[in-house]
Parts: sequence; C-alpha cells; structure tokens
Amino acid sequence: MTEVPADGCGLDGMGVGAKYGNGGAVKGLAEDRALGAAGGEHRAGIGELDAIARCIRGCVVRMSHKARTAHLASALSCVDILVAAYWAVLVIDPARPENPARDRLILSKGHAATALYATLAYRGFFPTNVLDSYTVAGSPLSEHPSPGRLPGIEAATGSLGHGLPLGVGMALAGRLQQYEYRVFVVMSDGECNEGSVWEAALLAPAHCLDRLVTIIDYNKWQATGRSNDITALCSLREKWAAFGWSVREIDGHDLGALVAEMQNVPDGTNKPVAIIANTVKGRGVSFMEDDNNWHYRSPDAGEAAAALRELGLE
Amino acid sequence: MRNAFAAELTKLGAELDSLVLLSGDIGNKLFDDYKLRFPKRFLNCGVAEANMIGVAAGMAQCGLRPVAYTINSFITTRCLEQIRLDVCYQNVPVILAGVGSGLSYAGLGSTHHSCEDIAVLRVLPNMTVVCPGDATEVRLALRAALQHGGPVYIRLGKKGEPLVHTGLPRFEIGKGIVVRGGEDVCLLSTGNMLPVAVQAADELAQRGVSAQVVSMHTVKPLDDELLAETFWRFTTVVTLEEHSVHGGLGGSVAEWLADRPPQRARLCRIGTADTFLREAGEQDYAREYFGLTAANVAASALRLHSMSTSKRASLFLP
Repeated sequence: MTEVPADGCGLDGMGVGAKYGNGGAVKGLAEDRALGAAGGEHRAGIGELDAIARCIRGCVVRMSHKARTAHLASALSCVDILVAAYWAVLVIDPARPENPARDRLILSKGHAATALYATLAYRGFFPTNVLDSYTVAGSPLSEHPSPGRLPGIEAATGSLGHGLPLGVGMALAGRLQQYEYRVFVVMSDGECNEGSVWEAALLAPAHCLDRLVTIIDYNKWQATGRSNDITALCSLREKWAAFGWSVREIDGHDLGALVAEMQNVPDGTNKPVAIIANTVKGRGVSFMEDDNNWHYRSPDAGEAAAALRELGLE
Repeated sequence: MRNAFAAELTKLGAELDSLVLLSGDIGNKLFDDYKLRFPKRFLNCGVAEANMIGVAAGMAQCGLRPVAYTINSFITTRCLEQIRLDVCYQNVPVILAGVGSGLSYAGLGSTHHSCEDIAVLRVLPNMTVVCPGDATEVRLALRAALQHGGPVYIRLGKKGEPLVHTGLPRFEIGKGIVVRGGEDVCLLSTGNMLPVAVQAADELAQRGVSAQVVSMHTVKPLDDELLAETFWRFTTVVTLEEHSVHGGLGGSVAEWLADRPPQRARLCRIGTADTFLREAGEQDYAREYFGLTAANVAASALRLHSMSTSKRASLFLP
C-alpha cells in the first residue's frame, strides 16, 4: 500500500503560518486590525490562497485515506472558506492563540474537522506533523474537535447546531468587554435542520450583533440525501433575510469573493451577517464532486493518489 | 428562595463585573433591581433554552461569568445536550439556576415538575449539583458557585419557603451542614425538603428517637467524610428529596454505600415514585401523594430504627 504522509504538499507548515502571520510578539492585534481594515499587504493574494487551498485539500484526502474516516466530501466542501478566513481575513496570531482580542472562527460543522486541523497546522497554530496523528489512539486529533487539546480550536463541535449559539455568546461578550473582534461560524446546510440554529438566528439580530457572521457551506447535500428534499431549506437566502440578517450569497469556492465578503464585517447595516456560500460537496477532486457517497467513504490508496494528482500535489 | 436568589445576584453583580444574567423569558419584575443597576449585563434570551445555554457557554469561554436562569424543568432536560457539550465538555464556568424544583410548581402539572434533574445532571462530567435547603443557603450557594471554577447547577425552590438557618452557617460546596445534632437516626435532606426534615426530627423526638438533620445541599460531589461518619454512627440513615428516588440524593448515597464494606446504618430513600403525577393539586398535595411528609418520614425512620435495634440488628452490627 502506498504510504501517504499527511504533510507533503510542498508548503512548509510553520513557514506558511509565519509568512502570513500577524508578526508574533512584535505587533499587537490592534495594529493588525488597522492593517487588515486597510487591506494590509501581509494578507495572501488569491494565487497564493489557491495554492494553500490545494495543499489543505491534499492533507484532508491523505488524512481520510490513512485513518479511513468519513466526511471527506464535507471537509473538501469548506476548505476555501477556511483558507480565505485564516489567510486573508481573521485577525489572529498563532503565537498567541488565547489573545482575548482575536477574531474567532467556530467550525460548527465539526465533521469537517480534517479541514480545520490542516488549516490550523499550516497557519502555524501547531506543527504540521501533528496531523499524522489524526485518529491515532491518544492523539489530540479525534474525528470531531475536542476542547482544550490544541491551540486554535475555538469550540468543541461535532453535534450540529451548537456553533451559532456559542458564537452569539462570544459576540455578546466581545461587545460587553469592548473588544472589536468578530466571530465567524461555519455551518453546513444540513445543520440548518437543527432548531437551535434558528433560536440563535432569532436572538442575534435583536441585539444587532453586527460582528457575528455565519457562513453556510451550502453544498445541497446532507448525510443521506439532498438537503432541500429532506427539509424545506429553500430559500436559505430568504429565510436568513427574514430573520433579520444581512445576507450575501456567493460562490463558496471563489476565494476573492469569500475574502471580500468576510472582510466586509461589520457592514454598516447593524445586522449580523449571513454568507450563503454555494459550494460543491467533494470540491477539488472530480470523482468526488457532488457525489454523496463520499460523505461516508474514504479513499483507498489508488483513489487518494488520483485525487492528489488532480490537486497537483503528486 | 427565589427572592433571595435575585437579591444576592444583585449584590454579586456589584462585586463582579463579569457577572451576566441570562433569563429564558421568566422572572418578570423579579430582577428589576438587577436590571436597573446592570442593564448591559442582563439578557433575556427568549423562550429558547437550548440557545440560552450555548450563548452562556460562549460568554464563559470569553471570560464572563454567566448565570442562566429559568424554570427548573426547562433549564435541565430541555437543553440537556447544550449543557453536556457546550458547558460540561468544554468545562466552562456557567451557572445554571433552575427555579421551581421538584414539586414546587405542582399545580402547573408534570410539564413543570422537576423530579429527574438531579439524576440527569449529576452524571455529566465536570458538573457540580447544589440544592440549597433554604433562602440562606441559596445566597451562600450562589456566592460559592461563582467562586467555583466550573459548571454548577443550582436547584432552587420557589418563593416563601420557611427559613431553617437562624444564623449564617459555614457553607462549602461538597460539605453537608449539620442543622441539628442527634444520636439514633440521621435525616439527610437535599433542597427544599429541609424544613420537612426538621419537622420529622421533631416528631421523632416526641417518640423518643433522637434524629440528626443534615442539609446535603451538594449532591455532587458527595460529602464522603460526612457519609462515612454518618453510616458508622447511626442505626438508620434516611435521604429526603423532592426528586425521584432514582438517581438523586438517595440514588447517590446508595451508590456510595454499594462501593463500601457493610456499614452499621441502614439506608431508607424517600423521594418521588417512578411515575408522573397526572392530577391537579399544589405542592402540599403532591408531597402527600408521594409520601414526602414529616409524618411519613418519621414513620419510615422509626420503622427502620426499631428493626435495627431488635435482634435482627445483630446481622448488621460489627
């Protein structure tokens, strides 16, 4: 069997993190926020983001293959969202992951944990070789993110519908403590079945939480079928607008659009922001795209190698 | 207990800038003073308990000290997964305060009864379960819970329960309070049954049996030291709670007992039966229905005590 290491996309993990980092101990987050708002030059360009996204996709494929774990297609679906956020939007410092002024990103669709793990590792929150321990007994990297095991993981997720209420709490705490941080919550469309999502969706606009953002990875699938067949999700845009959110709908694989929309927070409407990111489940690997079998399947060695070739990583 | 909770919370609000009160759309007028003094630190989350717990956990993750308050039955089983994952799994200092514990709101029907909450919450890792016995204990429990670093569930009664403590007892989470000393039997009470325990001790005294009364305000963690001494000193130990006999204080003490060599005392658990109450009636009626009365407690204690002082007792004595 082909041995496929987790770290092997030609990008030096810590290097990628350091290059786009916020300058570690040298610069403060407040200064970064000013830089970010002004479109500071330390942010990655679209070409670089694309290369990073391919690297992260490669990691995700390798991890799913090696550990034989499910949810590969769900992870591939949200890679661009995470890459745009972590390399071009979030005001964060991997060297100070607990800084109270940092922007927060909650991966509420915790089953896409491989995408988050790879993103955090390559962004410099922890060494990329930690990714090799994914699902190994005793490892901090379980199939859904555990709390307090690794820097950068903002919430323990895995059961759907928890991220947005947590995000509302974080946004309210930020306002009360007079921080300017923003809270991004990445959810799946299937997750919008959960009642707690809509409880939070009702509360956030009542308090004008304009620094709270939900990004819905709208790949039109959930575990066992089309999301719009299982519940009446359509139109997500109208639902979130009706709940009082500032809604934008974009191509969730267009890194430029993702960066632009995520940077435009708060947007002056005094409302929380819902970004409906139209995505393709399994994005980046032709034979996985929009094929829901890859919700549960993991690739064998041949399939993993083919996927990596398509991603230009072999 | 309810008014004592609101008054103490208002006091604590002045002492602790990070204190935030979340309400599930109840407590109309109750928190007026708090709201007036700390308008920014009050959040009515609406009738959406699952979200309220998640919001509280998110706040706690960012350094605030949220106290989430609503009716007992809704702040426990309604949002259990949020308590389990957002609060306990992440181990953040959220205080859950439920009002109307046990049969306090008997007249509202079983939707508003809360006789399973101790069992359900005490099994969650990192959770501490505190059931104050009177208004004084409510004040002390809230203060202690805010000093405690992790998740705490405070189980409140309603308003107007009799005050048991005349002074200010020493209150520590996990340590029972001996309310009255005794020699023969020991009544371990949790929550709003404390006044009943005191009455039962009076009745026992009239029949020549000396009863100790302990407020076991903390069901988790149990007061190991106190239990060890109690089961050695007395012939009979009775647990009292406005909660199912399954999994509450009685259940916890039975588990404690099962892990140890035979003790001198025998255990009698008094609580609600494994059934829903499906008829009208206020708290007194419901207590009567389930045998949660001083007369029944005294009779049960007496029965067990006479058994253990008869010949059969030699089986249990060292």
